[in-house]
Amino acid sequence: MGDRLTASTMLQNEGKELTKEEKQRLRKEKKQHKKNKKDDKGPPEKEKEKEKASVPAPSKPATQSPAHKAAPAPVHASESAAAAEKPAKSKAELRAERRARQDSERTSKQGKKEGGQQSASSKPKATPNELQPVVKRLPEHVQVDDPAALKKLAKKLERQQVPLRSDYGYKVSLFSHLHQYSRKSPPTLQISIPATVIHPSIVRLGLQYSQGIIAGSNARSVALLHTFKQVIQDYSTPPNEELSRDLVNKLSPYISFLSQCRPLSASMGNAIKYIKKEISNIPSQCKEEEAKGKLQACIDSYINEKIILASEAISKYAIEKISDGDVILVYGCSSLVNHILCKAFEKQRKFRVIVVDSRPRLEGREALRRLVKKGIRCTYVLISALSYILPEVSKVFLGAHALLANGYVMSRVGTSQIALVAKAYNVPVLVCCETYKFCERVQTDSFVSNELDDPDDLIVTRNGKSHLENWQTVKSLGLLNLVYDVTPPDFVDLVITDLGMIPCTSVPVVLRVKNVDQ
Amino acid sequence: MELQAVLMAAGGGSRMMDLTYNTPKPLLPVGNRPLIWYPLNLLERVGFEEVIVITTKEVQKALSADHRLKTDVKMRLDVVCIQEEADMGTADALRHIQQKIKTDILVVSCDLITDVALHEVVDLFRAHSATLSMLMSKVHEFTETVPGQKGKKKAGEQRDFVGVDVTGKRLLFMANEADLDEGLVFRKSIMRKHPRMLIKTGLLDAHLYCLKRSVVDFLVHNKSVTSIRGELVPYLVRKQFSKSLNSQNETEDSEKNQKQQDLLSTSKDEALLQLARERSCWNDHRGDMSEAYHGGKLRCYVHIMEEGMCYRVNTLAAYIEANRVVPKLFEDPPIHPGALVSERSLVGSDSIIGPLCQISDRTSIKRSNVGMSTTIKEKVKITNSIIMNGVIIEEGCNIQGSVICNNAVIGRGADIKYCLVGSGQHVEPEGENKIMFGNNNLDISDLFVYTMIVY
Repeated sequence: MGDRLTASTMLQNEGKELTKEEKQRLRKEKKQHKKNKKDDKGPPEKEKEKEKASVPAPSKPATQSPAHKAAPAPVHASESAAAAEKPAKSKAELRAERRARQDSERTSKQGKKEGGQQSASSKPKATPNELQPVVKRLPEHVQVDDPAALKKLAKKLERQQVPLRSDYGYKVSLFSHLHQYSRKSPPTLQISIPATVIHPSIVRLGLQYSQGIIAGSNARSVALLHTFKQVIQDYSTPPNEELSRDLVNKLSPYISFLSQCRPLSASMGNAIKYIKKEISNIPSQCKEEEAKGKLQACIDSYINEKIILASEAISKYAIEKISDGDVILVYGCSSLVNHILCKAFEKQRKFRVIVVDSRPRLEGREALRRLVKKGIRCTYVLISALSYILPEVSKVFLGAHALLANGYVMSRVGTSQIALVAKAYNVPVLVCCETYKFCERVQTDSFVSNELDDPDDLIVTRNGKSHLENWQTVKSLGLLNLVYDVTPPDFVDLVITDLGMIPCTSVPVVLRVKNVDQ
Repeated sequence: MELQAVLMAAGGGSRMMDLTYNTPKPLLPVGNRPLIWYPLNLLERVGFEEVIVITTKEVQKALSADHRLKTDVKMRLDVVCIQEEADMGTADALRHIQQKIKTDILVVSCDLITDVALHEVVDLFRAHSATLSMLMSKVHEFTETVPGQKGKKKAGEQRDFVGVDVTGKRLLFMANEADLDEGLVFRKSIMRKHPRMLIKTGLLDAHLYCLKRSVVDFLVHNKSVTSIRGELVPYLVRKQFSKSLNSQNETEDSEKNQKQQDLLSTSKDEALLQLARERSCWNDHRGDMSEAYHGGKLRCYVHIMEEGMCYRVNTLAAYIEANRVVPKLFEDPPIHPGALVSERSLVGSDSIIGPLCQISDRTSIKRSNVGMSTTIKEKVKITNSIIMNGVIIEEGCNIQGSVICNNAVIGRGADIKYCLVGSGQHVEPEGENKIMFGNNNLDISDLFVYTMIVY
């Protein structure tokens, strides 16, 4: 890097009048220099770089020197020495030199990254991480083991006055890029009482998310929209600000706080996108009360259309698929599947249900309670008994957390296992999912983007003894509590949405149509 | 706004009349700070910006005159005075300030000294949308000798029976021994809903409550409730399981006061919240067929502190214990820079000296708290004692295990062991006082003093 600078300052020292070409080349040099510096030093240097960039195009040697003053000191020392060493080198040679230098630096950087992820890179699935310096990171991708990204996140949260929640415990190396929080350190540790920076309803919602009181994709979205209604109700436009711009800015720290409490789900992400779009579409001459009323009505209609009416439509389609004498297998507690089964029971279909459950959440117990309360005949097994009861099953109904753009189904961990075994037994698998959960992400494995829950949930206490109590002291032991997994479309026979019954591979079509509509 | 803080500082300190007959309880010095500073500091630390303080005129005057308090406490104090003679209970006081209350409230008592992480209590209140959330702590045995008490303290205090569910957070049952005839009586509905209940007795109620706004409205309509701790809290705990639909009573009281608000919007929001709850796969209990919280709208929660400091300074023993423990909390220098301490005196590391004191040569002060503007002459030995403000101690005194109240004068050569010298009292020189109480007002103790002094 020092050499590149010497090349440009050498020209300056030679006293040549800089032609247009040379000026352009120098500009390009500077840009390259900036880019490399940015990759090496990280964001704190960004301000320095911006200052450099703000310096106008180096048309005069005089303006160049202040810009280069920011460069490390040894450069100045080597300048004069190098100037004497290299008299007239042709432009082509300099360009070739520069290119060679850039290539060598790029390979050395990648080498560093590879070394750092030796354990992870044993599986090819970790390769997306290596592309990080070159590819622009999508905001959904968490990168906890990259200190630069963490620093960026910390700065952003500090700016928004949202407290940073610290990770807990040893993370299994394959998932070290994800956050892992403990329920014992709540996100409200540093929030003042009474909550002033963050709206109290948002604090309440965040607590309910982190403690699992509101769990399940639909419930979380509805609760989020309900809270946004309250925030909008209490909002008042500051003077000299426009509601359409200021309200969106107000919502950003709230959303950061909520994602600190629990990573946002795909459905929540879509709901937030919709709200932000609606807010920014509010005409500037609209009065505040009118605008607020409009937004509340939008939220109500969104919930009504996308959640309530969608579940009615899905039930209608699904009931066609349930015939008398069916044995239906469900996994965990999906609000939509429970709704379908209850509606089918009301329509006098004769079927029985097998509820499959898994640790540590044991959500199947809640599904079991709701179905039995309705009067449906149920059997309850743990997922380890899956292959023993599958011969009895005629259909499998699964709920989804999100449907990805390549047709993969993201759902509670264990779902892909059920789909796989069902496929082996030739049992049809039907996934029920509303269209607002369709997501533009593409994922083929469960590692890249997932959620790690509190590892202490895995500790079980029997007869007063918990053997895993001191798991942190055993250095080679890691507890992994995954929340989601992805099921490939080959194992899913049908997806029932409010638009109808579609095959898994038609998801991108639906997304495209949705985007065209919007 | 989320919560408003209400500090109850009008109480008389009826269980330690020896200390409070002259000085109101909120102004008693603990660790050289007025007692009321501690709850104010707790509220300020967590982020409150203003507090409603309910107190008497005397205390209000003292608060406005206290410069140190003004600089220490940055919150805005909204002082509401009530007549001392009116003998208002805490619930009556809430009714009195009903107009100022616009959101949920956090009620604190002025005699609470604690380092609890307040977010634990408030998080329960927030997350479960509780009607009541309170703080309790395990009772610590007092180790210091208390003047005037011969032998071990009998369990004269009535026990509190507190019933919590398996998680230890939901409050199911609360009764005081005084209200019970023979044994504990439980409703069948509680047992049906919560078959496993833990009953605890060794708990100290910190008198810190988070209450919903609707409770204040309820108090306004029910004027018979006078005390929060004595009547309101047990009533709310019982009402959780009352046979009449829980929802009815609560919403009746709250609906009356929501007529100003747009009823349509609130009912729609309620429907949304209900939808979210329905769709959520969470339940707070398992084993029966009912939904989360058994469908009850009234919920009471308690946070029980296992470790940490929590004192209620309402008895002499608690006062002494608090004085012993509190100096360790703060990083204040043990000897206030404003005090004049002579080099030839010995001040132990666990003693604190207040501002404007004068400590003369050859005095020895160990494990003691010396208040503001106190003068201590030569050759005085003070161990394990609490000396309040404005006291004059003449030469050669020996004070051990005692409490000397404001503006007392201890004559030369007095030997005071395990005594409590009241405010403004003069102790004769060369007096040897073993265990006694010295007050100006009470005739009986004057007699006691007279007979006990040995020359």
